Amino acid sequence: MSTQEMDGAQALIKTLDSLGVEYIFGYSGGAAIPIFDALVTVKTNIEFVLARHEQGCCHMADGYARATGKPAVVLVTSGPGAGNTITGIMTAQMDSVPMIILCGQQVTWMLGKDAFQEADTFGITMPIVKHNYLVKDTNDIPRVAREAHHIATSGRPGPVLIDLPKDITQGPFSGDMDPELDLPGYQPEKSYSVDAHGIDEALQLIHKAQRPLILAGHGAMISGADAELKELAETLQCPVTSTLLGKGVFPEEHPLSVGMLGMHGTAYANKAVCACDVLINIGSRFDDRIIGQADQFCKNAKTIHIDIDASEMDKMIQTDVKIIADAKTALKEINKRISGLPTEPWLAKIETWKKKYPLSYRKQGGLRMQQVIDEMYQIAGGDAIVTTDVGQHQMWAAQFYKTNASWKWISSGGAGTMGFGFPAAIGAQFACPDQTVISISGDGGFQMTLFELSTVALHKLPVKIVVLNNHYLGMVRQWQELFFDGRESGVDLEGNPDFCKLAAAYGIPSFNIKRPADVRKQLEKAFAIKDGPVLIHAECIKSDNVFPMIPAGAALEDMLTEPPKHKMAKPTGST
Amino acid sequence: MSLVTTDLPPENLTPETPIHTLSVLVNNKPGVLMRICQVFARRGYNIDSLVVSEGRNKEFARMTIGVSGDPDGLDQIILQVNKLVDAIHCFEHNSDESVVKELLLIKFLVQKTERTEALQIIDHYGGKTVDLTPTSMIAMINGGSSKIDAALAMFSQFEIVETVRTGKVVMARSDTPT
Repeated sequence: MSTQEMDGAQALIKTLDSLGVEYIFGYSGGAAIPIFDALVTVKTNIEFVLARHEQGCCHMADGYARATGKPAVVLVTSGPGAGNTITGIMTAQMDSVPMIILCGQQVTWMLGKDAFQEADTFGITMPIVKHNYLVKDTNDIPRVAREAHHIATSGRPGPVLIDLPKDITQGPFSGDMDPELDLPGYQPEKSYSVDAHGIDEALQLIHKAQRPLILAGHGAMISGADAELKELAETLQCPVTSTLLGKGVFPEEHPLSVGMLGMHGTAYANKAVCACDVLINIGSRFDDRIIGQADQFCKNAKTIHIDIDASEMDKMIQTDVKIIADAKTALKEINKRISGLPTEPWLAKIETWKKKYPLSYRKQGGLRMQQVIDEMYQIAGGDAIVTTDVGQHQMWAAQFYKTNASWKWISSGGAGTMGFGFPAAIGAQFACPDQTVISISGDGGFQMTLFELSTVALHKLPVKIVVLNNHYLGMVRQWQELFFDGRESGVDLEGNPDFCKLAAAYGIPSFNIKRPADVRKQLEKAFAIKDGPVLIHAECIKSDNVFPMIPAGAALEDMLTEPPKHKMAKPTGST
Repeated sequence: MSLVTTDLPPENLTPETPIHTLSVLVNNKPGVLMRICQVFARRGYNIDSLVVSEGRNKEFARMTIGVSGDPDGLDQIILQVNKLVDAIHCFEHNSDESVVKELLLIKFLVQKTERTEALQIIDHYGGKTVDLTPTSMIAMINGGSSKIDAALAMFSQFEIVETVRTGKVVMARSDTPT
C-alpha cells in the first residue's frame, strides 16, 4: 500500500503494528468504523478481540499489560463507548499500568455541538490519564500514536488516550510514517542516571542499620529489579515486605519474605514496619492502605524512598533519603557497596512473630474462602497467574496465595475496582496462553463484568473462573459489623443467580463446592480442564471477617489480629 | 513626600494565606490550561490570578499563576505540575530573585471639582489617564501588587465603577531565564 492511498485509520493501524502491539481489545461503533475497517484492510500481526463491554476491553488490556509489562490497545467508539472506559482507564492510571486507548469521535466540525454520540472525551478523561490527545490533523496520527506508546511505557507507566474524530481517521494521509516525537516536557530518561549523593546517604543509613526492612512496591516490578532486590535482601540479610501490587517481585516463599503489609497485611510484616530502624522503600508510593496513620508510620526508623516519580516524594510520608530514579538503576548502584549486616537477632525476632501470628483459618463451621484459595495455591503453586476482584476475597487471596515471581499477581489496588478481576484474567490468558490463569472473584464483583463469559467461551481460554459466593458485599458488611454497630445496609446480595447454570448457558463447565471436605476434589477436577474455561463456584459462609486488620487511619501498632472484644469507633482516616 | 508608602502593603490588606507566584512554561496547545488548573483544584488550592501569554517561541506559552493555600503542600504540587507531559517546567518565584508586576485599570466617577485631585493620585503612582469623560475617568497603573493595593485604597474616596487587575506577571532577575 503506498502512502498516497492510505487514510488516517490505516496509518494508525500500521503504526501500532510497527510498535509491536499484539492485541486490540475493542467494541465497535459509528465514529470508530474507519478504524475497524483499517483492521481489515491493513495486513498486520495484531489480533483483535471483540469484548462485550468497553469496561471489559480496558480490564482485558490491563490484565494483558500486568502479565507482560507491555501495553495493549483499547479501541472504542465515541460518547457512551468512551464513557464506559472511564473506570478501566482510572484503574490503570492508579496502578501505573501502560495502556493505549483509541476512541472514535464525531467529525471535527460537530465537536462541542452535542452531535450524536459526541462527548468531550478529551476533557472527561484528562484527570485519569497519564496523557491524552485530540487529533485534529490526519498527518499527525503516526506521531501521536508513537508518542502515546512512548509515554504509556516509559518512566512511570500509565494510560494514554487518543481521541480520533471520524473525518480525521477517514481523511487521506500524506504525512511521515516515522516522524520525530515532539515531547519537550517529557524526559523519563533522566531517571536512569542516579544522583550519587542520594546513594551515599542511603548507604550511610543502611550500613548503620540493625533492623532494616525492605518495602518492595509495584515500581520495583515495573523496572525489572527482581534480581537486584534479591541480591540486596540476601546480602544484607534483610527481610522484605511487599505491597499488594508488589506481590511476587520478591518470592513470597523466600525465608526473608514477611508477605504483604498494610491494612490486611500479615501481622509480622506490620510489626516489622513498626520495629525496624531503617526502611528501604523501593517503588512504593506509601499508599494510605499501607501507612495507616501517617505521622505514626515508621516513626522510629530512618526512611529511604526510591521512586521514579519525583512527585511521590514527601507526598504521604516525610522521608530521610530520597532517590528519584528507576529502581533497578538505583539498586545496582547501592548493591555495589553493600555487605552483610548483623541482623540475626532481628530475623529471630521476626521468626517469633511469624510463629505467634500465623495466617490461619478454620476448616470447621462451614466453607471459608481462605480454604478454597489456600488449596488452589497447593494445587497450582506460586507461579500461576492470579487475578482478583476487590473485597474480602482479594485480601484473603493476597494473604494465602503466595506469589513467587513478577507479573503473576494481578489485582486492582489503588482504584479498588470491582469487576476488574475476571476480564483482567482474560487479558492475561491471551498474553500467556500456556500458563495457568486463575480469576478469583466474589459474587458481587463477578456480576459486574460477567458478560465477558461470552468472550472467554468464544476464545476457549482455559481461565479458571472462581466465584467465592457469600451472598454479601462482604468487606462493607465487615465494616458495618465492626464500626457501625452491625447495622447492615446495602450489602445483602439476595437474588444472586445460579452461577453454575449461568456458566452452562455460555457452554462453560462448572463445579460447585459446598463443604470444606469437597474443596480439593472439586478443584482438582476443575484444574484438569485445559481446553477451555471452567467456572468454580464455592458456597461460602455468609459472615466472615478478614484479619489482621488496621482500621483506616489507625497506626500500624493498633492492628487487630482477631475480632475486637469492645465496640470500635468509626475510622477517621481514609475510607 | 508621598502620602502613602508603596513599599509595604498596609496591614489590613495582608492576605491570611500567603499567595505564591508560580511561573509555568507549557506547550502552547488547546487543553493545557485545563490540565494545570486540575492539579491545583484537586488539591484544594485556589488560583487567585492567572496570566497566560504566548512565548517568544510560539510553540510554548508562559503562565504566571498566583495561588493561595497551604504552603506545606506547595512543593509537592509544583512537582505534580512538572510531571504533566505538556509542562516544560514550573517554579515558584519570590520577590528577591524576580520582578513581579501587575497592571490595574480603574474606572471611577469624577466631577470637574475632583478632577485635579484624581490626576494627582494617578501621577503619584506613575499612572496614566486612558479615558476621560466629563463625569468619569479610567486610570491605568502598573507596579508591584502592594503598590496597586495602595493606589486602590486612595481611589476609594471616589465612586468606583469597576476595576480590572491583570494578575501578576513574573520574570527572573539578572541574566537567567525565568
